[in-house]
Amino acid sequence: MQKHLKPIRRVISIAMLVAIGFLFLDFSGAVPSSWFKGLTWLQFVPSLMHFCQTLGHGLAVTAYGFVVVLVLSLLFGRVYCSYLCPLGILMDLLSWVSAKVHLIRKKKLRFRFAPPKTSLRYSIFIVVCLSLFTGNIFLINLLEPYSNFGRFVSDLLRPLYMLGNNIFVRVFEALGSYALYPITVAKTHPLALLLPSGMLALVIWLSLRRGRLYCNTVCPVGTLLGLLSKASLYKIKFDAKECNRCGNCVFVCKSQCIDLKKKEIDFSRCVGCGNCLGACDKTGIRYALGFSAKPKEKAEHATQPSPPHTLAQHTLAQHNLTDGQPADASKRCFVLGSAFSIAALGGLSAKALAQNLPQERSEGEAKGCEKGCSKIEVVATRVATPPGSRNQNHFAGACTACHLCVSACPSGVLKPSLFEYGFWGMLQPFMDYNAKFCNYECTRCTEVCPTGAILPLTVEQKLTTQIGIVRFERENCVVVTAGTSCGACSEHCPTKAVTMVPHEGELTIPEINPDICIGCGACEYACPVTPYKAIVVDGLLEHKQAQKPTTEQLKEKPREDFAF
Amino acid sequence: MKRRDFLKSIGAGFAVGTGFNFLSIEKAFGNTLAASGAPYDLIAVMGGEPEVMFEKGISALGGMKNFVKAGQMVVVKPNIGWDKAPELAANTHPKLVGRIVQDCLAAGAKEVFVFDNTCDDWKKAYATSGIEKAAKDAGAKVITGNSEKNYKPVSIPQGKTLKSTKVHEKILECDVFINVPILKHHSGAQVTFAMKNLMGIVWDRRWWHRNNLQQCIADMVTYRKPNLNIIDAYRVMKQNGPKGVSLNDVSLEKAQIISSDIVAADAAAAKIFGAEPETIGHIKIASEMGLGAIDLSKLNINRIRV
Repeated sequence: MQKHLKPIRRVISIAMLVAIGFLFLDFSGAVPSSWFKGLTWLQFVPSLMHFCQTLGHGLAVTAYGFVVVLVLSLLFGRVYCSYLCPLGILMDLLSWVSAKVHLIRKKKLRFRFAPPKTSLRYSIFIVVCLSLFTGNIFLINLLEPYSNFGRFVSDLLRPLYMLGNNIFVRVFEALGSYALYPITVAKTHPLALLLPSGMLALVIWLSLRRGRLYCNTVCPVGTLLGLLSKASLYKIKFDAKECNRCGNCVFVCKSQCIDLKKKEIDFSRCVGCGNCLGACDKTGIRYALGFSAKPKEKAEHATQPSPPHTLAQHTLAQHNLTDGQPADASKRCFVLGSAFSIAALGGLSAKALAQNLPQERSEGEAKGCEKGCSKIEVVATRVATPPGSRNQNHFAGACTACHLCVSACPSGVLKPSLFEYGFWGMLQPFMDYNAKFCNYECTRCTEVCPTGAILPLTVEQKLTTQIGIVRFERENCVVVTAGTSCGACSEHCPTKAVTMVPHEGELTIPEINPDICIGCGACEYACPVTPYKAIVVDGLLEHKQAQKPTTEQLKEKPREDFAF
Repeated sequence: MKRRDFLKSIGAGFAVGTGFNFLSIEKAFGNTLAASGAPYDLIAVMGGEPEVMFEKGISALGGMKNFVKAGQMVVVKPNIGWDKAPELAANTHPKLVGRIVQDCLAAGAKEVFVFDNTCDDWKKAYATSGIEKAAKDAGAKVITGNSEKNYKPVSIPQGKTLKSTKVHEKILECDVFINVPILKHHSGAQVTFAMKNLMGIVWDRRWWHRNNLQQCIADMVTYRKPNLNIIDAYRVMKQNGPKGVSLNDVSLEKAQIISSDIVAADAAAAKIFGAEPETIGHIKIASEMGLGAIDLSKLNINRIRV
């Protein structure tokens, strides 16, 4: 039975990866919100975060997924890391690809035991914990696996997916089918892509060379669950009688935690993938009760120097092995070097993109705006957080920047921030009214957020949730500067917090009523004047309740006869 | 292609022929179209359901076969601007759109496309308005109008302010362009009828708003006049337009206007709305540019009560 754990794990984990990946990839809105909740329920950090947030706000707690993970870890060790964590599964996939590439090159990718980087591992964990206690979640956001995976897919893969879709659309159209539709490829500030790109490069590099090194050294969830698994009920162990020291288990261990010399397994680093169980020709390695260890026997083996003629040594010598342990100085230098070159490349591409951006953003400017140019620099005092996030402090302390809301937002108003929330809030999404505006009756982001940073709102509640307040700068308005009609702001306003009142002659000019403004940003988005808008939305620190818009009953009855 | 080139050359002829009275040519053209014996410039219908009024009205113009020939490609352009239900009258009535599509296909149209460059999220607007379903059920191809890739740059030689813009490729490709706006109050352009509805076939509307909106609306008419304008005035949003806030903004007028003359259609719509056509910026400008008739008293109008 234990031999079948690997194929079972593969099926479950690939299903998990595909399902969670699709949540971040999809732009059609086809996936129901309940599926989002279901699939992210078991993700450790989001679940723990959601638990704390709902508890803190006195709301009904539904996020018990992390408890399940804790119990699983206490039973079988870090199976979470192999079956449920999308980043871990992604790394396994990369290792698998790497092994295949090695095979093509007539080499074999074989792992071998590596000593734990204990001090680095626990230092990172302690720093992350300390920063959490000070209320700063930047570090955990940076290192936490689920959110990193989310950013890879949402920020980096999704635009490519959209481009691919658009190519398919053209093919389909050529064949006379309009079943697919083109999509405007989501644009993120190029600098906001640097961090995800850098992390992706690190993860790829580490997983290709060292399997699960990231999970066993950097990942705070891996460290925490590793500590728990030291006390787990079942552990993977050697059976001294059966084991003939062939080393097959060592070769397939992505965690590099099987020490054949000592016949010991560092179970805090074991991700429970089951590779070793399948690789063993006998039952020399298997899940067994955690407390039935025989320390005496183990000690004996430890003192024994492993004989040079063991199979393991033999194969190690025979094959041109890729073990990739950056133990010496040159390798360490390589790590630093590649980190710098990644950063430099990222910087260059960002620069190139940044040069492109102004052209894209001001498409009308080429034609000039002789009359209607705005003079007064009007910028929102602060950006708005999504509806349901209650206040900016709550949002800053609960959002792990997984960008699930960014992917799910049908309008595309939610964008990863750069410095809009300051350095420590980097990548947490904000309402980008230059990109789009918030759909009036939409509550999608409040339904999908796995961390409780955006708490659920009913449509009724959303309609009066004020996340920002409109501000009108008359001197920038085209009605004043050019003396021509516009009204784009009022046209888009869902509550008529912006109305048009008589100006000169037939002209009308905007008038604002902040009491019924919900801060959706439609006015700011629609305002045509450049370079500065005439109407902006100032984000609120604390979300408020807007008054319901009222309309007057029409005075005239419908016409009974022809009007002309 | 040949037919389209021919039409274009007629258009160019109109432009060059400064000595002609534009209106009379328009009339003559209308008469040839309605050769089956219905020389009306404008049809006004009252008192029925949108699709019933349309059937009566189009029959008075000799039926859809006078506008759509076998094998032609047709664009039906409703107003689908907003994520609002039909009762709120922010979008064209779905039943009207459905019936027009049906008639086009019955007249032998090869393909009928329906789209709008919406203001709200297009998928929500298409769904909530009921237009996507109605048009698809009737056999139309409902496509997005919200992707810049589908818009091609064109020059507008006769435009005074709007000299060039990007127009949806289906408008460039189609043989017949049927404009199906809804009659509404509009915070920016005062009202939105047939001419204003053409803002849904272009990409960069902000440029219009920056550069004399009313003039740009009229300029666009010089680029391509719809072959037929059907203004839905079944439910009329009389205030808080063009998006509207509640049912209080809506008046059940049960009316419809059909005409090949976009200016005449808008002038008639203004009357239904309760405004004089001359007080609406773009209608006045379009009339002054000779793009159609603003004076309804000089037109041959067929008034039909259902």
